Amino acid sequence: MTGWLDALIQGVLLGGLYALFAAGLSLMFGVMRLVNLAHGDLIVLAAFAILLVATNLGLDPFVAVLVAVPILFVIGFALQHVLLNRTLGRDLLPPLLVTFGLSIIIQNGLLQLFSADSQRLRSGAIETASIPLGGGIAVGVVPLLTLLSAIAVIVLLNFIFYRTPIGRAFRATSDDLEVAQLMGVDHRRIFAVAMGLAFVVIAIAALYLGLRANFDPTIGPARLLYAFEAVIIGGLGSFWGTLAGGIVLGLAQTIGARIDPEWQILAGHLAFLAVLVVRPRGLFPRAQD
Amino acid sequence: MDDAAARPVQTFRIETAGGASRIAASIALLIVLVLALLPMFAGRTLIQDLIFLFYMLALAQCWNLLAGYAGLISVGQQAFVGLGGYLLFALTLIGGLNPLLAIPIAGVVSALFALPTALIVFRLRGAYFAIGTWVVAEVYRLVFAQIKPLGGGTGTSLTPTITSSVPGIEWVKTLLDLRTPAARDIVSYWVALALVVATLAAVYFILRSRRGLALGAIRDHEAAAAGLGVDIYRIKLAVYVATAAMTGMIGALIYLQKARISPDAAFSVLDWTAYVIFIVVIGGIGTMEGPVVGAIIFYLMQRYLADFGAYYLILLGTLGILVMLFAPKGLWGLVAERHGLTLFPTRRRLVIEADKRVQLNP
Amino acid sequence: MPLLETRNLTAFYGDFQALYGVDTTLDRGETIAIIGANGAGKSTFLKSIAGLIHGAPDSVLLDGAPIGARPAAEIVKLGIALVPEGRRLFPSLTVEENLLIGGYGRRASGAWTLDRVYALFPILKERRFFATPTLSGGQQQMAAIGRALMSNPRILLCDEISLGLAPIVIADIYAALPQIKAEGTSVVLVEQDIVQAMKVADRIYCFQEGRLSLTGRPRDLTRDQIHRAYFGA
Repeated sequence: MTGWLDALIQGVLLGGLYALFAAGLSLMFGVMRLVNLAHGDLIVLAAFAILLVATNLGLDPFVAVLVAVPILFVIGFALQHVLLNRTLGRDLLPPLLVTFGLSIIIQNGLLQLFSADSQRLRSGAIETASIPLGGGIAVGVVPLLTLLSAIAVIVLLNFIFYRTPIGRAFRATSDDLEVAQLMGVDHRRIFAVAMGLAFVVIAIAALYLGLRANFDPTIGPARLLYAFEAVIIGGLGSFWGTLAGGIVLGLAQTIGARIDPEWQILAGHLAFLAVLVVRPRGLFPRAQD
Repeated sequence: MDDAAARPVQTFRIETAGGASRIAASIALLIVLVLALLPMFAGRTLIQDLIFLFYMLALAQCWNLLAGYAGLISVGQQAFVGLGGYLLFALTLIGGLNPLLAIPIAGVVSALFALPTALIVFRLRGAYFAIGTWVVAEVYRLVFAQIKPLGGGTGTSLTPTITSSVPGIEWVKTLLDLRTPAARDIVSYWVALALVVATLAAVYFILRSRRGLALGAIRDHEAAAAGLGVDIYRIKLAVYVATAAMTGMIGALIYLQKARISPDAAFSVLDWTAYVIFIVVIGGIGTMEGPVVGAIIFYLMQRYLADFGAYYLILLGTLGILVMLFAPKGLWGLVAERHGLTLFPTRRRLVIEADKRVQLNP
Repeated sequence: MPLLETRNLTAFYGDFQALYGVDTTLDRGETIAIIGANGAGKSTFLKSIAGLIHGAPDSVLLDGAPIGARPAAEIVKLGIALVPEGRRLFPSLTVEENLLIGGYGRRASGAWTLDRVYALFPILKERRFFATPTLSGGQQQMAAIGRALMSNPRILLCDEISLGLAPIVIADIYAALPQIKAEGTSVVLVEQDIVQAMKVADRIYCFQEGRLSLTGRPRDLTRDQIHRAYFGA
């Protein structure tokens, strides 16, 4: 019984990580209707960026991420401005294929630079620290921080989207690109800012990806699928839905793993397909799309 | 437009094949004939290379039909390559069937799998459909990794008895005085050639049919096509299932030739989808000629650049992006636009008989 | 020099030409009305000025400076605001957010603030936290006008602001026009309702199939002239 309860708690905490993966994807879709096939690889790229900053400057990953965030914001801004803005339009193919190409470039670029070896972000004692909850159940500090960070990110994103001028511009552009321009919104710049912001979320996701487990250049696509599943399970257009979706996915995976360790990933995918069959618009639908 | 209105007395005719196309058809027939006789003269390396080229081209035609015509952008076609491959192994290793018989059965079973798969992933629209198909391919991979009689996660091999049991090998051996492996390659080569010709023919006739016309309408404007009474869902479903069957058969052939299968290789998104998309995009999506051009380019790059490993893949990705941005109709699109050329006349065009120079390409 | 001028303005949608060389002028403080049948090119004319359709740089002049090729987001910063046909409020923004975003690009100091817009259309203040799809057509039109005013435009372009509204509601909306003009704003109205247009405009331009078919002061024009200019002889 304890084992199952433990699986539930770990599942919820794992959901926090998936919500972080998903929040960036959700943001990109929410503002510029971009479905980014390189999302997982960008998370891995950010993890390597944090690793690079941490090892070269001798910083703790939690500090290194603060250094990496502005760099990643600029990279995201530039990526959107120079490349991805060119792909947006009525045709679905260009954004999909350009981000798919980007995914291959990032994976192989990282392989070339860092080899296929597994890496990990090291942060000393906190990595293994845990808080006992009694009854033989304990929660790790890092998993707990992951979930809390996911909640913080979602609160912050909601604040930006619903309480600031730029957030109004995000939503207006998403509603009606043409009329937004009539308001003086330069949609290319707005999209670039949104991508920069998504990269900040990606950096935070990458921090916990690297702290919780090993990573290597090839694990990006699987992260894209988890992020995507969390977004769809939660229902498009709501950041809180994304958190719920992440938790559902995390629970499915830990429960699956509890039955047979080899079933962890499969159980997550099957939960996603089941939601798709039963509630194709997700658990908490919002956007009319 | 005003010109045509000014001359009211005119007769119109719809034609599909142009003069160039008729010549092309004769040339194509000749090429197939030469390719069929090629093993008599060519070395084993070339035969093996051509097998690779043929099945990549066949996969590319399938993906092109799916994405370029039906607007179903899938990044999960590796599901059916792997499924076809595993079905071949299951049918021959466990079922004791002859491999040549197993290939069409793999096609039929792939179609049967595609139907429920479609019912689920069709709930996702546009770009989300793409990732949804990828998830499905991962489910297939993870499930086959659990099937212990087929080697689980590490995979399994075909026994030499099975690989040599393909009809015709003995005949080729005596005819050309070859050892079994070389003769096996030649028979695989013929099967691959037959399959790629069949795929081209199938795609060609689908596009020429009434359904094909509807596909063009969907690609050009989905909402308008629906307004004209085109049942988009059924047509897309039909295309998805048909391409799954073709892809499954190609997968079975690929793994008959490889004789060794594992879940990671059989359901590889890079090998069976990324390369295929590259071929179609470089060559020109939404035309039948494009994938042919793309497959040849890809084959040459693979032959001469693959040793560069990661750099080669970075180059492929970059080329794909550049073509998508600056020549979205691909290399064939550039040629065709300049010279008005079509080799596979899948489009109908309006010919105004009073003045042969006026041709409207729809 | 007129405030706004179009010179030989042409516009295309792909291969289809919608405007064939239109010359108009708008003076400071003036209100002009564009009338014409459906498809005459009235909306295209406004979109060309607002920068949603690009033409030759010198086909649109603001204070004599060429702006015909500038993007919409820059045009609004120059002081030209468009109330688009069909209102097109942002559905995921509240009424107040729709007004606030109207001032996003041009933070010019001027008469129009949130409070002034609420004073002009008091019902909007009551509905300020509502999502716009819940508003009535007339309220939506008021919000769309208020949104455009929030950029404190020198020129207000209004595309069919009476379309689909009850006569009493139309009267309410047109009652706001004098207050808008009182701030020195020049107005270009596209209006299907000829009577309404004649009542408020200083000058009328009539479009027919993308060309100017008639222009003049309302009192100088006869019914017959307008009928011919509207439908063609």
